[in-house]
Parts: sequence; C-alpha cells; structure tokens
Amino acid sequence: MSHSEEWEVVIGLEIHTQLSTQSKIFSGASTQFGAEPNTQACAIDLGMPGVLPVVNAAVYRKAVAFGLGIGAEINKRSVFDRKNYFYPDLPKGYQITQLESPIVMGGQVEIVLNDGSSKLINVTRAHLEEDAGKSLHENYHNQTGIDLNRAGTPLLEIVSEPEMRSAEEAVAYARYIHQLVTYLGVSDGNMSEGSLRCDANVSIRKYGQQELGTRTETKNVNSFRFLEAAINFEVERQIAILESGGRVVQETRLYDAAKNETRSMRSKETATDYRYFPEPDLLPIVIDDAYIDAVRAEMPELPAQRTGRFVEQYKLSEVDAALLSSNLELANYFEEVTAICGDPKPASNWIRVELLGLLNRDDIAISQSPLSSAQLGKLIQRILDDTISGKIGKQVFEALWQGIANDVDEYVEKAGLKQVSDSGELEAIVDKIIADNPGQVEQFRAGKTKLMGFFVGQVMKETQGKANPKQVNALVSSKLNG
Amino acid sequence: MTDLHSKTIKEISADLEKGAYSSKELTCHFLERIERHEPNLNSFISTFPEQAIALAQQSDEKRKAGSSGALLGIPIAHKDIFCTKGQRTTAGSKMLENFVSPYDATVIENLNAAGTINIGKANMDEFAMGSSNEHSAYGNAQNPWDLARVPGGSSGGSAAAVSAGLCAAATGTDTGGSIRQPAAFCGVTGLKPTYGRISRYGIIAFASSLDQAGPITRTAEDAAIMLETMAGYDPKDSTSIKQPVPNYSANINDSIEGLRVGVCKEYFADGLDRDIEAAIQNAVKELEKLGAEISEISLPNTKHAVPAYYVIAPAECSANLSRYDGVRFGHRCEDPVDISDLIKRSRSEGFGDEVKSRIMAGTFALSAGYYDAYYRKAQQIRRLIKDDFLQVFNDVDLILGPTTPSPAFKIGEKSNDPVSMYLEDIYTISVNLAGLPAISVPAGMAHGLPVGMQLIGPYHSEAKILNAAHQFQQATDWHLKSPALAGADKTGGS
Repeated sequence: MSHSEEWEVVIGLEIHTQLSTQSKIFSGASTQFGAEPNTQACAIDLGMPGVLPVVNAAVYRKAVAFGLGIGAEINKRSVFDRKNYFYPDLPKGYQITQLESPIVMGGQVEIVLNDGSSKLINVTRAHLEEDAGKSLHENYHNQTGIDLNRAGTPLLEIVSEPEMRSAEEAVAYARYIHQLVTYLGVSDGNMSEGSLRCDANVSIRKYGQQELGTRTETKNVNSFRFLEAAINFEVERQIAILESGGRVVQETRLYDAAKNETRSMRSKETATDYRYFPEPDLLPIVIDDAYIDAVRAEMPELPAQRTGRFVEQYKLSEVDAALLSSNLELANYFEEVTAICGDPKPASNWIRVELLGLLNRDDIAISQSPLSSAQLGKLIQRILDDTISGKIGKQVFEALWQGIANDVDEYVEKAGLKQVSDSGELEAIVDKIIADNPGQVEQFRAGKTKLMGFFVGQVMKETQGKANPKQVNALVSSKLNG
Repeated sequence: MTDLHSKTIKEISADLEKGAYSSKELTCHFLERIERHEPNLNSFISTFPEQAIALAQQSDEKRKAGSSGALLGIPIAHKDIFCTKGQRTTAGSKMLENFVSPYDATVIENLNAAGTINIGKANMDEFAMGSSNEHSAYGNAQNPWDLARVPGGSSGGSAAAVSAGLCAAATGTDTGGSIRQPAAFCGVTGLKPTYGRISRYGIIAFASSLDQAGPITRTAEDAAIMLETMAGYDPKDSTSIKQPVPNYSANINDSIEGLRVGVCKEYFADGLDRDIEAAIQNAVKELEKLGAEISEISLPNTKHAVPAYYVIAPAECSANLSRYDGVRFGHRCEDPVDISDLIKRSRSEGFGDEVKSRIMAGTFALSAGYYDAYYRKAQQIRRLIKDDFLQVFNDVDLILGPTTPSPAFKIGEKSNDPVSMYLEDIYTISVNLAGLPAISVPAGMAHGLPVGMQLIGPYHSEAKILNAAHQFQQATDWHLKSPALAGADKTGGS
C-alpha cells in the first residue's frame, strides 16, 4: 500500500470474549443465546432495588486458564470495581468490572504472519466484567426497546499492548486469541452470536517518531474480515486527514459493514468520567497457588502442542497440521475422521480439499458442517477398503453434503455404487471392449502403450465408474500383452 | 389486655404460649392503636390490617397444632427499606411510590419463617439519608414523647412505632446511626450488629459498605431474640459472614462482674448536652455497681469520622441510586423527549433534596482529579478509625458513651443546617466505619426526653453487648418508661 512508505500504523486490540458459563457472572439466570427478550433476566440482572451480585465461581477458573495459556501472571487478589455511566441497557447505572487489580496481568502471544514470519505481541491485562443488555431501536415507534437477556453475561476483556503494525497482524492476533479461548473452553468463540468482539485502537505516526499519534477506537467488530476492513479503512482515513493538514480526533467509532466505513459514535473529549471505585458489594477474589496448580493440571492441549502432535503422530506436514489444528472443532473433527477411517493422510486430504473448500465457499463453520465426522470417516473407510472408488466417493460426498444421503453404506447399496471387483464380471467387460476396438488393439500391440488409458477408461465408462481401477488395469494389461 | 402494647416479646411469647390471649387479639389491639395514634405520629408509610389479621390467625392455628417459637405470632413493623413481596416498598421516596417488590428481603424471609406478623412498613428518611425523618417523601414521623420533635432517623418510624406501642418490635437499618439515634430519641433499645452479621439482600442500598440491619425493641432481651432470627450467613450476600449464629440469649443473665468498660473521653467533649452527660455519668456508676471495671479510653481519630463518612457514604450512594433512572421501575417523568431527558427528569422529580445533595457530593468525590483527595483519603481515615478501636479493645471489653450529643430536636430546627444535622451522628458514625456492633439503650432523661447510652463492642461481640445492656436494664427502669401519648387514649400512657 502507498502509505507504508511513510506512515507507521499502531494498533492495540481490546477483545471482549463471552465466557461459556451456564449462568451469568453475578446471578443464576441462563446465558443461553437467542431467547425471547427479557426472559433470561432475573431481579439481579434487572438491577431491582435491594438485590446484590454474587460471583459465579466458574468465571475465575476460565480467567485463570486463559492467563496460564498466555503465560501471564495470575493476580491472587483481584478486585471488582464499579464503572459508572447512565445508559438504558445498563440496569444498575454502573458496570461491575476490574480496573486497578485485574485477575490476569501480562502475558504474551506469538502470531504467525502470511509470509511465515512470527512476532510476539504482549498482552497488558485481562479482566472480568459483566456485559450490558441491548437497546433495540427498530420496530418501536419513537421508542427504544430494551432486552436485558445479555445483561450480566460474563466477559473476559483481553487488552493488548499497541504492538501490532498492520491489519494483518491485528487479525492474526485476534485469530490466535479466538483459537486459544476455544481450545481452553473459556468461550464458545461464536462470533456471529457476539461471543468474541474486538475494539480496535488505531493510530498512525511517521516512521521514527517516538510518541504515539492520536488514536480512534472502533468498537464491537465481530468478524475477522470486518476487523481487517475496519482497520484498513481507519488507517486510510487518518492518513488522508494528516496529509491534508488536519487533526485526528480522539473518538469512538463504529464500523458499518454494509458501507465498509467507520463512523464517529461519540467524542472521547466530551465523554463521561466513569468515576470508578471498588465494588463494595463484592469481596476481592482471593486464589492461592493450589488453585492455580489445579487449573494448570486440567489445562487441555494448546494449539501449538496439538500442531506438533499432528506432525509427530500422524506424519502430517507442518502446514497441514497447523491448518487442521487452527481451530479446536476442526482439530477434533480431523481426529474423529482419522479414528474411523484409520488413515490420517486421506482424512487430512478430504477435510482440507473437499470439506473446507465447500465450508469456506458457503461461509459455514466446521461446527455447523452438513457432513458429520462420522459420515466422512465412514466414506473414507469405504474407499480404503475398496467398497467404492475414489471417484464414486466424491459423488457420495456430494450426496451427503446436500442431505440426499445419510448413511454411507445404505446409500452406496441403494444407489448401486459398489465397486465391481468380481473378476468374472470384469473379465467379460474387458473382453468385450477388446473385441469392439480392434484398431486400438493393433496400435497398442504395435507399441503405442499410451492406449492403456483408453481401454481402462472404456471399462470404467461401461461400469459407470464402479470398476475397481487396480483390477481393471491388471486385467487389461494381461489381456493385451498376453 | 390494656397494657398489651407495652409488653416485651419475651412476655408476649409466654402469654401466647399459655393462651392468655391470641395473636389475633394482640394484632387487633396494635391495629386499633395504629388507627388511633397514626394521625399524630405518621410512623407508618403502609399498613396491612387484613393481611396482618389473617397471618395472626394462621399463627394461632399453628400454635394450636403444636408449633411454638419466641417470635410466633408477634406483630412487628418493618422499616420501608426492606423489600416485602407483593407489597409497596418505597424507601421513603417518591421515586418508589408505586414500586411493589417481587421478592422478600432475606431478613423478611427469616422473620416470616419464625412466625412474626408484618403489621406495616415504617416511615423513614428517603433512602435512609437523614437523622430526623424529615426527609421522608411521606411526611415526617413525630416523636411520641413530644409531637413537635423529630423521632430521629433514618429508622424514625420504626423507633416511634415501638416507643408508642404500635407494634412489639421493629426492624431498622443503620448506616451511620440510623437505628441507634432514633432508638435514643424515642427511648427504646436499638442494636446495630457487626457488619455482615445480617444479610443485606433485599434491603434497598444506601451505602453498601456501611449498611447493616438490626432490631429496635423495648429491651435488650428482645433485641437478642430478634437478632437470632435476623442474623445468619446468606449466599445471596457476598459480604455476609460465614459464621454460625450463637444463642444470644444464652448468657444474657450472666453477671457483668469484672466486665472492662472503657469510657471514651472524646465522646464527652464540647457539644454534648449537660443533662445527657449527667445521665451517662449516672449510667456509668450503675454499671460500676454491677461490678464493671470502668476506665477512660481514647479514640483519637473520632473527630475525623463525620467528614470521612460524608465522603464514603455519598460516594457509594451516588452509584447505588443510579438504577433509579425511570427505565425499568419507579418514577418515570411524563413525555420524555429522549433518553437523556427521561433519565434526568425522572431523577429530578423522583428524588428529594437531601438525596440529591448526597448524590452530587458523592459524584464529586469520585470524579477524576478528586478521587485521591476525597475518596481514597476517606478510606485511609476509615482504616485509622478501625485501628483505634482494635487498639482499645486490647484493654477493654466494651466502650461506653452517649448515643447522641443532644436529645430529640424540634421539627424544622435543623432543616437549614445540614452540618449540625450531620453532627447528630458524631458518636455513632465511627462504629459503622469500623463495622463494629453497638447498642443504644435508654439511660435517663434530659429536658423530659429520653437519653440513649451506647455500648460498642469488638467484632461479633453482640452476646456480650446484649448481656451488659440486659444487666443494666435489670438494674434500671429507663427502658420501662413510655410516652404519654396525646389524644383520647385511656389505655395508653405510662
């Protein structure tokens, strides 16, 4: 890009990840997504007079697991604070969060870029807080609807140092965090349901300049594609302002995906003073070494470890192993398929080439794949045991994808797709082909051995692709040479 | 039946057990007195006569079926700061004029389970902010000893109702003296337990780190009975203490021979009414006669308590009261033009002046640039005050002093002088800042008005405090005095 010559881009990310707990951070109400408005908000979530918060102990464990996952220091005495501001979907008029003593301090993430290089990004902190509700502006004539189902959903806000220098780096960092929180079971990572939302702090400065430029904060970006687009838009916008002699205003902006642009939400210069102070309704979270050790002992395999194991155990290439372990569900899917079909190589190939091709084309997450790992595993197994040919395999795959087929064996049987391996039956067909093509036979015998493919092709055509190719090869070869 | 209303819980309980009268008769008696005296006293915001009678009948049936219990069938009043399910709960504010609570506070659950009869919701200063009950949106309650005077606050309605014999006991809350000061002004017994001893769940919050519920009763013995039911760990309140509730009555009759009582010299400085001082000195002599060892002690940071309190309490209240925005419940202004107008106007209309001034003071104290100078500094002072107490409790068992510097003042007398009003709580506030338990018991008269003596103890020393207070009440009769109520009440009076 043109600007890279002169302007250095500085990006820091604040990632809000919803912790996958059954109930809310300070109440017993369910956190299930998608319920009717206000059916999952109890008296505590509504901020009724007299109610008190009680911390859901499951959130500490998740926060500590995340901290250990990035090699951070775990704060053994972290404190909740109140952040005060009025907003109709913030029931208490304050958000319970952690300011001075967050539960996770420091830590590092290694990101890998497209050119294969890697870079360390420092994490400043990660703290626990409650989510707000939602304001619904549509469908209410001149009024605003408030849905408090989300109010009180536990969040871990992960704050990075401003160490990313391009949208690519920011996306790689966000992807890594997403990968880590899903691997750890800290979050379901479902971005379309808002389980992972990024606030991008973006500023630019001339190369060599020490002090940071004025930053803007683009809030609530909920896809990696939008994150990249929002940052790039913001960079171009800031360059245009500075190059025309203007001044970047420190403000909160919103990314509009439909128009691919960021828009000003409110200026920080007139923003509220949040008047933080320690939450008197809650005691500090006190945890000891034994607790941290217990969480560490239960830590699942992390992404890098899994990649290594895939190379070691399944003899996959580094690149294929990294791709297949890039996401917890995909890695599990691969291992399930391999366990059923018994061979990691075709499992890897089918998943990477066929399955991911279609999933990416249709923008479907692996968790929503129309093909289950059991189905794909069975399909590959039937190719490996010569029940069907690879070519027919693709046909069955398509049928499974479209939902025409359900059980692989049943479908193969019903559609008559079984490979013809009966040597008597095949021999008759080969004899017929040889008899029908005397000219080609003569040429072959004259030394034009390339015609081997022609004969095999004719047999496959005759059997509608069901013939066992190895067997056909052997038969044709022995007949012509014999 | 004529003196039913001046009986203690202990006495009533024994009477009910032996069938001298029924809970229904008792409840009706209190309801009649409420009807007769409420026009003068205004100690209730809401009463529930039919419900109370129905509950009393139920408790009589339960007793017939073999149930018993010290509180079964006892009619009591609840400060209108406790959420009671299906009933209007106003916290003395216009903001909650139409708020019907969907749930019971834990204290209410506990007392209901013990069989008490909820006779009504007592008047109070708005959101418990005040020392006179003049800040109630429902008109001020009057002092039964002199209707021209305040009953104290913020639990003024509770203290007035017990003093006037409109109920056997009442609940209150104490953030800076709100149980003890009205108890002193109305000549009844008021106990503020250790912070965390009683669950705050369902108590409309004023200042979370200071608020604590407690009983207002005729005697220390009754306070022990009430406390035993009100107290206990509650998983719904993270700040409630995980400790079993002792039997507070078990050692109440023990001798206080050898009890080390420290008289705090700072509590006898300028500003203390001469007659109150004399009454307290007499009380000291009385305790000495009972075998207590009296010594003088010093709490040097006492003078900083009121300023520190008036930073911390408003700071916490400024956040606690943010939920009253007109969006989900409570007062909402007419025809708001936008969300900002809705919130601003609903709050401007719903809150009274005292509440507004405290919200503003607290908002200021927490503001960027002022936090360190006010809030942080006040928390440091709080620690010093606590340390003073802990130091003194190395040498004494209890600390003694007056509850208030002067007796009940005239309605309107201090309305325009908030600082003088705030100084009413000078002896009580430091106890809340330290989170300690303390009681106020009647200990004499000054200018024809009751005088309260305060006994402060270390954490979880409620049993010791109640023991000392009970022994004092066994030796004196100040707590037996009751106001000669105005109005055509032949059965009332002393």
